[in-house]
Amino acid sequence: MAIIKTTYNRRSFLKASAMSGGGMVLGFSWMASCKPTAEQVLQMPEEWFNINAFLKIGDNGIVTIMSPNPEIGQNVKTSMPMIVAEELDVNWDHVIVEQAGLDTDKYKRQIAGGSQSIRAGWESLRMAGATARRMLLEAAAKQWEVPVNELTTSEGVISHTETGQSIGYGEVATAASSMEVPEEVELKDPKDFKIIGTSRKNVDALKIATGEPLFGLDIQRDGMLIAMIEHPPAFGMKFKSMNDDVVKSMPGIKDVTTINLNPEGVEKQWSDVNAFDELVVIVGNTTWEVMKAKKALQIDWEMDTTLENSDDHDQNLAELLASTGNDPGRQDGTPDAAFKNAAKVIERTFSAPFLAHNTMEPMNFFADVKEDKAELVGPIQTPEFLRKTAAAICGLPEEKVSIMMTRMGGGFGRRLYGNFGVEATLISQKIKAPVKLVYSREDDMTQGTYRPAYKVTYKAGLDENNNLIVWSVKGAGVHGGPVFNDRFPAGTVDHFMAENLSLDSNISTGAWRAPRSNFIAYAEQSFMDEVAEAAGKDPIDFRMSLFDRAINNPVGEKNDYEAERYAGVLKLVKEKANWGTDTPGVYRGVSAYYCHNSYVAQVVDVVMENSQPRVKKVTCAVDCGIVINPDAALNQIEGGIVDGIGHAMYGAMTFRDGVPEQRNFDRYRLIRQKETPLEIETHFVDNGIDPTGLGEPSLPPIQSALANALYKATGERIYDQPFVNSKKVLG
Amino acid sequence: MANYNLKINGADHSVDVAPDTPILWVLRDHVNLVGTKYGCGIAQCGACTVHLDGVAIRSCNVPISTVGNKSITTIEGLSEKGDHPVQKAWLEHDVPQCGYCQAGQIMNAAALLKDNPNPYDDDIENSMQGNICRCGTYTRIKAAIKTAASM
Repeated sequence: MAIIKTTYNRRSFLKASAMSGGGMVLGFSWMASCKPTAEQVLQMPEEWFNINAFLKIGDNGIVTIMSPNPEIGQNVKTSMPMIVAEELDVNWDHVIVEQAGLDTDKYKRQIAGGSQSIRAGWESLRMAGATARRMLLEAAAKQWEVPVNELTTSEGVISHTETGQSIGYGEVATAASSMEVPEEVELKDPKDFKIIGTSRKNVDALKIATGEPLFGLDIQRDGMLIAMIEHPPAFGMKFKSMNDDVVKSMPGIKDVTTINLNPEGVEKQWSDVNAFDELVVIVGNTTWEVMKAKKALQIDWEMDTTLENSDDHDQNLAELLASTGNDPGRQDGTPDAAFKNAAKVIERTFSAPFLAHNTMEPMNFFADVKEDKAELVGPIQTPEFLRKTAAAICGLPEEKVSIMMTRMGGGFGRRLYGNFGVEATLISQKIKAPVKLVYSREDDMTQGTYRPAYKVTYKAGLDENNNLIVWSVKGAGVHGGPVFNDRFPAGTVDHFMAENLSLDSNISTGAWRAPRSNFIAYAEQSFMDEVAEAAGKDPIDFRMSLFDRAINNPVGEKNDYEAERYAGVLKLVKEKANWGTDTPGVYRGVSAYYCHNSYVAQVVDVVMENSQPRVKKVTCAVDCGIVINPDAALNQIEGGIVDGIGHAMYGAMTFRDGVPEQRNFDRYRLIRQKETPLEIETHFVDNGIDPTGLGEPSLPPIQSALANALYKATGERIYDQPFVNSKKVLG
Repeated sequence: MANYNLKINGADHSVDVAPDTPILWVLRDHVNLVGTKYGCGIAQCGACTVHLDGVAIRSCNVPISTVGNKSITTIEGLSEKGDHPVQKAWLEHDVPQCGYCQAGQIMNAAALLKDNPNPYDDDIENSMQGNICRCGTYTRIKAAIKTAASM
């Protein structure tokens, strides 16, 4: 048990009733997309009492818990309310979950990004539940005229052992809602958790399985028009003119116009990433009519800057890596001298192409801009920042712009950048009507915001006893390099250097699931495997000896990882995978990585079937602290593994004269059922530490675990992604 | 524009649309059945899978003019109460992450099991190869299909 001050975002605990006086009775309306089942209707309370921003309690004890953060498939709509319910101490079956809209007064950090929803929300969610529980207890104590500390709760029922009295939360909810918010509250000891750490089904699962409208693309409103955009066909080109005579008279077409994404006087947020300033917009009644008009529209584009090629990127990144005299981001010891003294030096360069996010739900957003207010609805990872830009465009104060987040059909970082929401706002403002902007798959794949292309050179020196004495890493990437200066193996080697270089481009880039880590982990851990081999050591033992150094006598002070936890996942995966036992025909690779505050180690078992590799099994060890919802956590880990394998094997977005060469899933290969590992076995470290990231950390290491296994299978190291370009992998 | 009388999920619907309008957009924009998803528009991802007389098709590139008297079944009509064995298995395995592709996965899996009630792993992989799940829930999809087959 821990006592905690309720100072965190105190406004979220203030009662709605403060405004109206007394227990506020709220009319409860199901979201249009959120039909109650017959069973739920029978259970619906007649009155709801607001306790705080996170929860309200019905007169019959049913509890509604708000999920504050955007749901992107990481399952926070289930796991965040679970944390509230735990501290509130209610039966999870009596909980209804509702998605909150953007409300920066009530909630902090309503962002889906950086795998941080649970980590950043942990304290406030627990406090929301604990505060409400305390207020319910005080209401009961007052009613029974007994000391509050003699009362206990269990699953929504308050009991007083001495007098044998008990009462349900619903019966004291009205009194509780007018109680003072306590200055401090008790939090449960994690060993007493009843909901956290137990698997609970996705609260939207039935709606997903029955096709109920949940997604941005599913929004329908009276008078709503459909808009699509046409952006330049190549990066480096811009709009010149168009002939819209024919198109404007096509059936169902309402308007053909252009929008400027950088209107004067509108301050850009970090989330406003646009490769193109001006877009052509086609507006009509239905999607198919607009799609046809979009195809028929004749637009002239003209050169704006330069037309880039993937070969140029590769060459320019290589030139950057060959450049000298750059300031290192980190230097320990004297790397140059150490390399001269080394008995063995290994140097390797790794590369990877641009990647598109390719969420299954293409970008879209609904906007209804009026003179005095604007309503935005749709899939967005960063609603707070979209609202800033939208409000500036509309010339409205932020409180006059509402944003409701819909369930997102994937994000992977793409929906951190709300240009589609800005575009919908501009279109609605221009045509003076409610509008749903819909990207075609081609629009979605070819408009930029990509994972940058990267290149990195690693160099390691071993002494005559095959000890690692020097390590350097020099990375370059489009709009920013991939290197993390202070990550492993920084801190484990006396002589160390990290450098990061950036290449400019007119192709826009953005965060893509586990930014930078999604490439650098592959390069680092593949190189580590090769260095271990050169040292004649087992790859796990070799890493372990480095962690021993970091634990006992770390080099430098700014090492961005805990060596014990890093070594812990490697040790666990070694044990669970029975590392060291060889099975004929099975080729194994290992990897470990730390990102988003969590540690993951993986062993991949590859078999060759008809000269093609197939991942037979992945054994995975994860240290992400306390696991809120174990089965859903497994799902995240499995998804990251499949995603990582898929993109390492097949992912590539390439350019010729500024034109993206992949426009749809016929040319952009994504992993499918037949390429998926046959088995994924995941083990979580049980250490009771506060929870950390889960949505991203399993992706980065899997690529090198696979590369290292493929080396065992084919005898060839893979230095470039996608792996499928390697002849040996292709067979 | 032309008038089409359609049988969708057992109910009659009359729509007035261009003959080349794909079934997908008739469902989504004209009949208000938005459970069937748009993913690629070129039959490469399977998000738009529906049944046409019980056969799984990609509704994004089948024009409404070719439907004739055939009956269309969408995810909304797969079962009355969301209790088709495939749906039940999906809940049991808690398959979805983002959930966007799952209607297509479920419809494709339901058609597979109708034709082949006891599929081998290879049959499942071959049959489901056309349905992309960007979140990577494939291992659960396969497990859920096996569970559904055993119901």
